[in-house]
Amino acid sequence: MTILIRGGHVMTPDGWEVLDVVVDGDVVAAVGQNLEAPQAEVVDAAGCWVGPGFVDLHVHLREPGHEWKEDIASGTAAAAAGGYTLVVAMPNTDPPIDSGHLARFVAERARLVGRCDVQPAGCITLGRAGEFLAHLDELWDAGVRIFTDDGDGVADAGLLRHAMEYLAERGGVVAQHPEDPGLARGGHMHEGSVSARLGMAGLPALAEELMVARDLALVRETGVRYHVQHVSTKGTVELVAQAKADGLAVTAEVTPHHLTFDHTRVETMDPDYKMYPPLRTAEDVAALREAVRDGTIDAIATDHAPHAAHEREVPFEEAPRGVIGLETAFAAALAALGADRDLLFQRMSVAPARISGADRHGRPVEPGIPANLVVVDPAARWTPQTFVSRAENSPWRGVELTGRAVATIQEGRLTHRDVVVG
Amino acid sequence: MKNLLTTEDLGRETLERLLDLSDEFVEVLDREIPKVPPLRGLTVATLFFEPSTRTRISFERAAKALSADVMSFSPGTSSLKKGESLKDTALTLRAMGADIMVVRHRAVGAPWRVAEWVDVPVVNGGDGAHQHPTQALLDALTIRRHFGKLDGLEIGIVGDIRHSRVARSDVYAFSTLGAKVTLIAPRTLLPRDLDGWPCTATGDLDDVIERLDVIYLLRVQTERGGATAFPSWPEYVSRFGLSRERFARLADGAVVMHPGPMNRGVEIAPEVADSDRALVLDQVRLGVAARMAVLFTLATGRGLTREVTA
Repeated sequence: MTILIRGGHVMTPDGWEVLDVVVDGDVVAAVGQNLEAPQAEVVDAAGCWVGPGFVDLHVHLREPGHEWKEDIASGTAAAAAGGYTLVVAMPNTDPPIDSGHLARFVAERARLVGRCDVQPAGCITLGRAGEFLAHLDELWDAGVRIFTDDGDGVADAGLLRHAMEYLAERGGVVAQHPEDPGLARGGHMHEGSVSARLGMAGLPALAEELMVARDLALVRETGVRYHVQHVSTKGTVELVAQAKADGLAVTAEVTPHHLTFDHTRVETMDPDYKMYPPLRTAEDVAALREAVRDGTIDAIATDHAPHAAHEREVPFEEAPRGVIGLETAFAAALAALGADRDLLFQRMSVAPARISGADRHGRPVEPGIPANLVVVDPAARWTPQTFVSRAENSPWRGVELTGRAVATIQEGRLTHRDVVVG
Repeated sequence: MKNLLTTEDLGRETLERLLDLSDEFVEVLDREIPKVPPLRGLTVATLFFEPSTRTRISFERAAKALSADVMSFSPGTSSLKKGESLKDTALTLRAMGADIMVVRHRAVGAPWRVAEWVDVPVVNGGDGAHQHPTQALLDALTIRRHFGKLDGLEIGIVGDIRHSRVARSDVYAFSTLGAKVTLIAPRTLLPRDLDGWPCTATGDLDDVIERLDVIYLLRVQTERGGATAFPSWPEYVSRFGLSRERFARLADGAVVMHPGPMNRGVEIAPEVADSDRALVLDQVRLGVAARMAVLFTLATGRGLTREVTA
């Protein structure tokens, strides 16, 4: 298949230029002015940004085991609709992805039914139970590069140290959902003025920061590559900045919702504002935005966490945690950070591709690169009411947004094409 | 007033109107036939997802005294164990003809959720550690009937504030009506952040006890984790229990209140609980009138009442 992307602002190795891009087969065949491609599918990209497809380090595809919430087909279709060409699938499925054959299952399903590339993440501990190491070698051999017990932190420092020592040899990434279980016990929202008034048990900022601080001491000793998942507090930002200044191999991600909302949203009692880590204070939101700008935070990752509608038709405290984010991430990032296209593509594509080790993604557009591209219209206005995802638990449902993916191309295949109205 | 969910946003005028109406219903309940007809033909549903007998009975008594019919839903007899969602339960009760819903739930915000889903008035009968507005109303009624007003009174709320919906409701109602409220508890039983609360807090009961007009005692909610907040029961009792000795130090005319159930020998000495300065049974008695005022006001507000006579 041949695709001609006409007249967009293209992210080339030498900066942004208004150019045409021709995709032929699974590679970018040509980048230049006034290109012709007979019989090509034409994507009009006037006013749009054309760059490497987005890469999400943190997605819950829910397969195997929780297919009523989402599956690999629906989750990757949502990813394509959001402009993503690669997602890293979290391993907290049922069964958890703690051995080679399970990681291969996810990768194989994605090849069969997926609308984007899927890199399975593997568990750090067997069954995510925090007692024994998962089958780290098998997982590595199955293509896993990021290891995490996401959903829970690995609380046992001795066990985590073993995992770090083991994975440091391989060059694997230990990704931590940092949350001290003792401090976080029973909590449903950020511990602060709002939780005190609502009478809800809180998740203190310290629960996150304490585990990150501990982990960084272990990283200092073991030399492992370490990634902080969904940073939510100013204190964590400061810890990561210091670790980077000290030369540790540390990276960090933040979600669009933590860049957008603060804990006062929970006053609505709407479970669409329930997530772990919880929405923090306005001061934290400001610190997170600044950290994305200055590079302390490397990547924007959605923590796309689909849940069925009926599971949310309960009180806030009883609702499952997490919200979807793949389809709204670009618009949310644009609103939070401004129309800085270099910054947005760095944080949504280049850096996360580098962290996941996916060298077919996150590359500036030039002839010869694998055709993993996105065309985004930074001016498109839209209001999400329904979603490509099987789930609808989004805090942006019904909210007018600016910016969306017009077309997504994965390995030369047009995986998303916006319906043009009018 | 569309629903009654919280005392935080109730203005002084609304509160006083509810208290005035409650006074009228106290008079009704003292009649030979303690029943009036305004809610005849209406059905009040009590959805108590958390086991509670006294509050449910109080609401049902209030509904019946207004001639409403009562539907009662509780977990022991419900489909909850079969996995029904809160929304389906609420819609089911509505479909059966509930005209007003009283919701109690151990999770914060459940009545707000129900109010989104149904088109009838919802009363918060207590949600988690958040709010219990009819308790605050009956407490304010009890104090106003005893002292004539709340303006200028010093009210101390003692005990497990952190886990108490009663405290969260009382603080706002009492202060809106002009009282000065002090929370008295060990730091581990106070909310972690009192920013914006219309009250002060202290960990020293003995320091403030002599200036209180009302000492309002709360039970330690062991089921919500309160008991891990101090080293032992004797230590808690020695610092925060209303013993006979502390009771003797109360100012002349000061009264003792408690929302029940009381733990005698812990937050309140048995002799204190039985003294004529303990208004505990007045609270229970006046609770029926206060809830009548709430049900009547909500029904009237939605044009549901047959005739506007108290």
